Amino acid sequence: MREKMLVLLNKIINRMFIIFIISIIPCTVFSEEKSVDFIETNWSFKGLFGTFDRASLQRGYQVYTEVCAGCHSVQHLSYRNLSEKGGPEFSIEEAKAIAAQFDVEDGPNSDGEMFMRPGRLSDKFVSPYPNVEASTAANGGAYPPDMSVLAKARKGGADYLYSLLLGYDEAPEGFELDDGVYYNKYMPGNKIKMSEPIIEGIVEYSDGTNPTKEQVAKDITTFLVWASEPHLESQHRMGFKTIIYLIILITLVYMSKQRVWSRFGSNAKEEKEEETFDKIERAVTEYEGENPKTFK
Amino acid sequence: MSEEKYIPKSKLGQWFDSRLPLLTLTHHLTSYPTPKNLNYWWTFGGILTFCLITQIVTGLVLAMHYVAHVDHAFESIEHIMRDVNYGWLIRYVHANGASMFFLAVYIHIFRSLFYGSYKAPREIIWIIGLLIYILMMATAFMGYVLPWGQMSFWGATVITNLFSAIPLVGESITTWLWGGYSVDNPTLNRFYSLHYLLPFLIFGLVILHIWALHVPGNNNPVGIDVKKNNNETMPFHPYMVMKDLFALLLFITVFLWFVFFAPNVLGHPDNYIEANPLVTPAHIVPEWYLLPFYAILRAIPSKLGGVIFMFSAIFILMLLPWLDTCKIRSSTYRPIYKKFFWLLLFVVILLGYLGAKPPEGVYLILSRLATAYYFIHFLVILPVLGRYEKTDPLPQSISDPVLDKPGVFDKFKKAAAKYEGENASSFK
Repeated sequence: MREKMLVLLNKIINRMFIIFIISIIPCTVFSEEKSVDFIETNWSFKGLFGTFDRASLQRGYQVYTEVCAGCHSVQHLSYRNLSEKGGPEFSIEEAKAIAAQFDVEDGPNSDGEMFMRPGRLSDKFVSPYPNVEASTAANGGAYPPDMSVLAKARKGGADYLYSLLLGYDEAPEGFELDDGVYYNKYMPGNKIKMSEPIIEGIVEYSDGTNPTKEQVAKDITTFLVWASEPHLESQHRMGFKTIIYLIILITLVYMSKQRVWSRFGSNAKEEKEEETFDKIERAVTEYEGENPKTFK
Repeated sequence: MSEEKYIPKSKLGQWFDSRLPLLTLTHHLTSYPTPKNLNYWWTFGGILTFCLITQIVTGLVLAMHYVAHVDHAFESIEHIMRDVNYGWLIRYVHANGASMFFLAVYIHIFRSLFYGSYKAPREIIWIIGLLIYILMMATAFMGYVLPWGQMSFWGATVITNLFSAIPLVGESITTWLWGGYSVDNPTLNRFYSLHYLLPFLIFGLVILHIWALHVPGNNNPVGIDVKKNNNETMPFHPYMVMKDLFALLLFITVFLWFVFFAPNVLGHPDNYIEANPLVTPAHIVPEWYLLPFYAILRAIPSKLGGVIFMFSAIFILMLLPWLDTCKIRSSTYRPIYKKFFWLLLFVVILLGYLGAKPPEGVYLILSRLATAYYFIHFLVILPVLGRYEKTDPLPQSISDPVLDKPGVFDKFKKAAAKYEGENASSFK
């Protein structure tokens, strides 16, 4: 009987736990409208041990400078990030050379004048426009979003960006498009002001990789994911170590807990017999009370 | 719980303790008798304390790097994420910590509802707990505004606008809250200030919560009073400390799994877009833990009505100890209440789901039904159940929760008869 109760209690507890876990899912995963099925591809940075593909990041940087940088800024990225661990890992010299290609406004100097100087590693990426208004005005009234955290700022993340880049298509019959607006299968509302940015062979990779549309889209997406999460690799590494450490610690703590609790259990065992005796006695008393005559 | 008076062993200890009874307090906390039948749902109190301390410590570090200004807030968050040593870790722990805090507090609250922990003599614990919960929601809401992303800005706009529904003074209150005529820099600054203050108020209330708990002692899964000297309680240290630690570590594993492998899954992607007063997001949704109340707010057709119902949904819980007229605490012995408990849990989760959906069509109908049930549960079902429900018989003690179940007594009758036969002489 008691075992049955315990089993039942266990069932209830399990059910409650499952309900609570399930309760988080609808609030997060399904909180938006039905998501479009993005184009599937393998990302090296996904999963517990995910790391970036170094070559892909370097190619991605090339795509960014040659294709995107005309309109899109990456204002939170610094040139030094290019040579840091876990990123494209250019050598310090390469990163310095990249930074020096850009002119950065500095100052004021001792005469109170602002002046231009070549970029250094410590500088942030130079933006194509001085401010949001200028970039909006130059792009037909649509602001080309800053790309620093773009991969985190869109539902679907990397999959969304990749699909969007490959999602340009002819507008279906009856779909009205204004001038300078393009049809894209993956853009919410299917209207996008950016013209198709990636075409076959738009860049020439120095490492000889064939610049197909898919390859270019994949490289730039990888670069953007890194740009929005430059510490992703150390995050994954630390996460894995932490979980392993916790599993060991939990095992040890559980064993000590069992040991500590057994002290209480052994005490209780001795008294269990007494308890049973008490129970029977109580039952007898009640029984006697009900039929006092039987014992005469 | 009164125990025998504690006297420190050393002379110095006695000298100190008679002036400031810290040693007595420590002794009380370690020897505090807890029912031996507490299950793992009771470990969430300790887990919540851990959550609060984690939030305060990580928040303290974040405050060293954060800039509360509309032009720099978003940028300073990125600075923390990129340039501050392990800034990403601290921020992700803080952001996911809020979600974990609420996950734990919801489990804690529903545990209390299931086992009737809010009933006499624990009403004050329950009310203080609700005050903590309300402050938690305020703190979390204001914390979500600080990164100054799109959801921060628009969430703040929607919630502060609610006060404008109050007749006559509504508009003035909203202006006063904003420190201007829209959500802007003054709003961000005061939210930052309050976001720093409120956790310490919560901390103070937590101390009162625990103090109030230590007067009657813990409730337990059986829900009957524990006999203190009958081997039914065990000292808090080391028994409960070890058990709580084990549960806490499991909780931390889930927590850190989110931090390292899915740090943004509980947040909204739009909050990585810097706030722009000229662009409204397609759907403005609060964080997941506020969604049930958001659903109630939108279920009511009038703005003022929605606000009233939303706040009532929280404050009605304050009256729960008196609305639930049944004296039996644990729903293990309340077969009908138990079914309503699961229904309530389902309805609250449903409300959370609906809160994330646009308020139209079937979603709106469902959220109205769910809102109605929420209030009927507390205002009608609980008072009526207390009067008419036939509860199962309670056991004599927590040691034998099944003794008085129907049928068991007959077994003991038989045992008694047998016993009588064996010791017939003793009854002469």
